[in-house]
Amino acid sequence: MKVYLDNNATTKLCKEAFEAMVPYLTEYYGNSHSMHRFGQETGKALREARETIANLLKIEADELIFTASGTEANNIGIRGVVRAFERRGKHIIVSEIEHPSVRNTAKDLEKLGYEVTFLKVDKNGLVDLEQLKKSIRKDTVLISVMHANNEVGTIQPLKEIGQIAKGHRILFHVDAVQTVGKLKFSPKDYNIDLMSFSAHKFYGPKGVGALYIKKGTRMAKFITGGGQEKGLRPGTSNVAAIVGMAKALEVAFKNIKEEYKKEKELRDYFEEKIIEKIPEIVINSKEVDRLPGTSSVTFKYLEGESILLSLDFKGIAVSSGSACSSEDLHASHVLLGMGIEEEFAHGTIRFSIGRYNTKEEIDYVINELPPIIERLRMMSPLWNEFKNN
Amino acid sequence: MQYSEKVMDHFMNPRNVGVIENPDGYGKIGNASCGDMMEIFLRIEDDIIKDVKFRTFGCASAIATSSISTEMILGKKVSEALEVTNKAVAEALDGLPPQKMHCSVLAEDAIKAAIEDYLKKKNN
Repeated sequence: MKVYLDNNATTKLCKEAFEAMVPYLTEYYGNSHSMHRFGQETGKALREARETIANLLKIEADELIFTASGTEANNIGIRGVVRAFERRGKHIIVSEIEHPSVRNTAKDLEKLGYEVTFLKVDKNGLVDLEQLKKSIRKDTVLISVMHANNEVGTIQPLKEIGQIAKGHRILFHVDAVQTVGKLKFSPKDYNIDLMSFSAHKFYGPKGVGALYIKKGTRMAKFITGGGQEKGLRPGTSNVAAIVGMAKALEVAFKNIKEEYKKEKELRDYFEEKIIEKIPEIVINSKEVDRLPGTSSVTFKYLEGESILLSLDFKGIAVSSGSACSSEDLHASHVLLGMGIEEEFAHGTIRFSIGRYNTKEEIDYVINELPPIIERLRMMSPLWNEFKNN
Repeated sequence: MQYSEKVMDHFMNPRNVGVIENPDGYGKIGNASCGDMMEIFLRIEDDIIKDVKFRTFGCASAIATSSISTEMILGKKVSEALEVTNKAVAEALDGLPPQKMHCSVLAEDAIKAAIEDYLKKKNN
């Protein structure tokens, strides 16, 4: 059996999106900015896709620019506003559990002379609102906090953060890559000024993302080129991917409540069973509101890569927060930020359930997982030390 | 990043896993917060390694290097076992990804620690 439980990394392209894309990969190939008919056809498709997404998110079409990824949207958004607001100040606040595309952008800005406050999170991965308030200075221009964390699924109190930002007239950027298409909301609900998201997280194609920019927000150009996407993201539009993104979001919104419920039921069932079957495990962020399909499990006294590969051997795809599966050999900054000891952070696995998973698949994982954990623990000196004490 | 078939074989079917009671030599290297730790147990007669067992906490390459290094020293003289280098361990596995080379160092160091323990006991 093949079971894909890495839906927070990427998802399968849905059939509806694929079919919507095909004409723009074949017969309609004009440059959407050309004036001739070839261009008009794709130009119309681009306009309609922008309107579809804007309607679903309850924003205006001209508040949306398309990018090549969530990473690019985060870069264009953050770098664009900090440059535009440089004269007001050079201090920004970001949470310490951001995705690398925000975290490393903030670190790069530090090198470029900006000051960054990294907001701490509690053991469930929630940002500390008191620390946020205390961190605000006269020269603070931007607060960036992700909507839901990709590793543990924790959903941040955006409403409160948005109010704090608004109260101080500070711009608020949200990396909503993990929530757009999974939760029903509009950036207008939370006073968000900039919001990034990406199609391949909601069963759309890879290589296309988008950035919401609230009307009237001053932006500096970070990529220079032609006039596409208000000059903020120049380059010939990837019309097929954008059309696919719009269709995928439409499909996601159609069943958003049912899908939430289904994923949550499968996830809760999975957690209930493995707690029953496997000793010495911790489900992370279980006490707080989190993404319905995300389950972050710490298997004490084990190292994550060995679990990941053993599961892969059985056809089960997951991801790991351990150092050994990353290029830089550091344990996940998210788990460490939540105060999980490094020893245990290494043994943390993320199971992320999505639209196409079934109960049969989850049952298969529930059966395959305990012997894998037992086999690896038998080999682990740490487990044996624990058992002997 | 991809492992060789040999690494995957030694990871999925590790040789010589376990413990030797009252070993002639024992070594433990690594620490939990770094994500890898290896224990090695030796039974030695007439300076020849007659039995070897290991336990490892770590990634696939840590387990695979532990496994193959026990095969490399079993039946060898103590002096020969001391000559097993991390490079030889990695080569025996048809190579390791660059960021995993430190795992082979773990195996080499654990063998050395166990043999040092043996030599210390012998000299007392």
